[in-house]
Amino acid sequence: MHYPSPSNSHHKLYRFHGGLHLPDNKTQSNGRPARAAALPKRLILPLQQHIGEPAHPTVAVGDRVLKGDVIARAQGLISVPIHAPSSGTVIEIGEHPVPHPSGLPAHCIVIETDGLDQWGELPEPIMDFSTRDPATLRQRIRDAGIVGLGGAAFPTSVKLDPRQPVHTLIINGAECEPCITCDDMLMRERAEQVVAGIAILRHLTGAKSCLIGIEDNKPEAVTEMTRAVASSGQEGMEVISIPTLYPSGGEKQLIRVLTGEEVPSSSIPASIGIVCNNVGTAAAVADAVLQGRPLISRYVTVTGEGVGEPCNLEALIGTPVVELIEQTGGYSGRISRLIMGGPMMGFTLHDDSSPIVKASNCLLAASAAESPDPGPALPCIRCGQCASVCPVRLLPQQLYWYARAKDLEKAQEYNLFDCIECGCCSHVCPSHIPLVQYYRSAKNEIWAQEQEKRKAEQARKRHEARLARLARKEAEKQARLKKKKAVLAKKPAGKAKTGAPDPKQAAIEAAMKRAAEKKARLAAEGATPRNTRQLTEAQQRQIDQADARRQAAGKAEAHTEKPVAEEQE
Amino acid sequence: MLIAIVTISALALGFGLLLGYAAIRFRVEGDPIVDKIETLLPQTQCGQCGYPGCHPYAEAIANGEAEINRCPPGGETTMLALAELLGKDPIPLDDEAAAQKPKAVAVIDEQECIGCTLCIQACPVDAILGAAKQMHTVIASECTGCELCMPPCPVECIHMQPLPEDITHWKWPLPSEPEQERPTADATLATG
Repeated sequence: MHYPSPSNSHHKLYRFHGGLHLPDNKTQSNGRPARAAALPKRLILPLQQHIGEPAHPTVAVGDRVLKGDVIARAQGLISVPIHAPSSGTVIEIGEHPVPHPSGLPAHCIVIETDGLDQWGELPEPIMDFSTRDPATLRQRIRDAGIVGLGGAAFPTSVKLDPRQPVHTLIINGAECEPCITCDDMLMRERAEQVVAGIAILRHLTGAKSCLIGIEDNKPEAVTEMTRAVASSGQEGMEVISIPTLYPSGGEKQLIRVLTGEEVPSSSIPASIGIVCNNVGTAAAVADAVLQGRPLISRYVTVTGEGVGEPCNLEALIGTPVVELIEQTGGYSGRISRLIMGGPMMGFTLHDDSSPIVKASNCLLAASAAESPDPGPALPCIRCGQCASVCPVRLLPQQLYWYARAKDLEKAQEYNLFDCIECGCCSHVCPSHIPLVQYYRSAKNEIWAQEQEKRKAEQARKRHEARLARLARKEAEKQARLKKKKAVLAKKPAGKAKTGAPDPKQAAIEAAMKRAAEKKARLAAEGATPRNTRQLTEAQQRQIDQADARRQAAGKAEAHTEKPVAEEQE
Repeated sequence: MLIAIVTISALALGFGLLLGYAAIRFRVEGDPIVDKIETLLPQTQCGQCGYPGCHPYAEAIANGEAEINRCPPGGETTMLALAELLGKDPIPLDDEAAAQKPKAVAVIDEQECIGCTLCIQACPVDAILGAAKQMHTVIASECTGCELCMPPCPVECIHMQPLPEDITHWKWPLPSEPEQERPTADATLATG
């Protein structure tokens, strides 16, 4: 059977700076066809499998879920939901080991499968996507929980809304890292599905031109994809075989190789009108739009001398790593380090009960020969090999000094954040300095400091608000006191006209005045007080004595006691 | 001679007026150096520096009344940043032990809280919720870990809980570098 040959004879290719030719070690795992992994007893689904906000559980322990049901919803724009990869019962929502370089546990939903693998209700397939509104399709992609499957796990729906005109869609099938063959097998076995997905991505981005870049160490994939593109009848879609050179699968490197354009420092490809997606993502998009299926499984390469029969498995997201190892012949006894990802960018997996997540492309059970211990780091001899291999043209040596000295500002001046952590510099370093770890540490430190700064700013604002509140309360209290004082000061001022300084005193005086008036009136009428009539002699004597005492006292105080004096008249 | 004197005097007067005007026109409200210092401080408002809050400490530093090494929550990083800003020499921290404390937030034992509101009055960032004779609680995301709420509590129901290390806060550590025997200049000269 004759397939059309890849048509890149006329496509000019470019070269990025540096890079490495590495032994690719891909034949170990791509010799056998990929097969579906057995249904595990338990599926462990971390709530954070993507860049952005973690998903929020919508199920409770004890709930029965069907395959494809949403079990956690997206929170915020940069987030995606998580779906049940098979039917069963939720048995736990809590901390569980996850694949992460820290080895720390994280929040997961654990489902005990029932073996029925029964599908739940799925959204309607959208076959006529080319007539649909891009927003509808983006929503479908978001609802299907699709993230970039190349490794970064950034929500695809966000990437497909670039808000600026896109002229070229680049599909990344380079798979440049040694040992990994999951994209290779996907392109070989499901080229039609990948191409169908690419057509949807192209419709969404509105890109005229579409370039599919595949490294030339995967001739079968190139052939299959070329055939699928030809049979799909897509205009302006081209499969391009590119030279094998690590890290040509880096987004910015692949763009450079295929178009000759460079993505500016600290900006995204969309800023120069390019969107780049992985072949696995394209296949997932096809599933979501044309079948209504969410992202619940992926191709995973299980390889290395540490496993019996390296191969690719189509595994459900959430399958424990140890079960995949068992299905590929089990540990061979030669394992020295279990790595998630490839030998260059992967990280050590501390616990093999951790699950496969959306971004897991490879499990590498590396033997001592495959992952040699570099030994203790020696002092930098300033050979400059790191700079000559850096695909981003950074100065790894300078970055190393600054990261080591914790001079983070200087490190940023040397474009630390343009580092793609490909590991070329560490790989060639004759002193075995773990350079990438220095850069990762410096990046993390900068992020942490920025977060601290935001928190400090928040605390300062709250403190100032509190001080302002206390000052306002104090001012209000003072104002109240002042008002009270003013009222008190005003009252005596009003009474000053009548000559009485105290209201009590005034009342007494008024009463005395009334009594005196009454007495005067009665005296004028000639009436004497009734109680002095018909007195007994004893009473009269008592009164006389009292009068005499009063008179005696009155004489002494006559000049001060006016009312008494009056009475004496 | 006279022309020269007149000219110079006129120029002097002119520039004097210009400077006088500029001083009014471009007057800077507040002290910018205080603000700059304050942005470097961690804003815990804990008072461990001996001043009632980060702003007073910033003012004291700006006036030369306080050293730059008195902020335990900021630790060495803050001290170095202050040294850089003010052109001073870095000095060892005043309270080394306090700076080594892990980050923590206050937690109120709600079973024991009697609702006295004393901690609410002590909190510099209003991170404690509650009312008289009602149970109080700490808003963990706003707590700066200053510990100012602990001493006023009459029933000692507040304790500091170190923040757990989780994936979102985890940082790649710097590679460990074993102490190496580095040849000194003398040794190199001697052997070479």
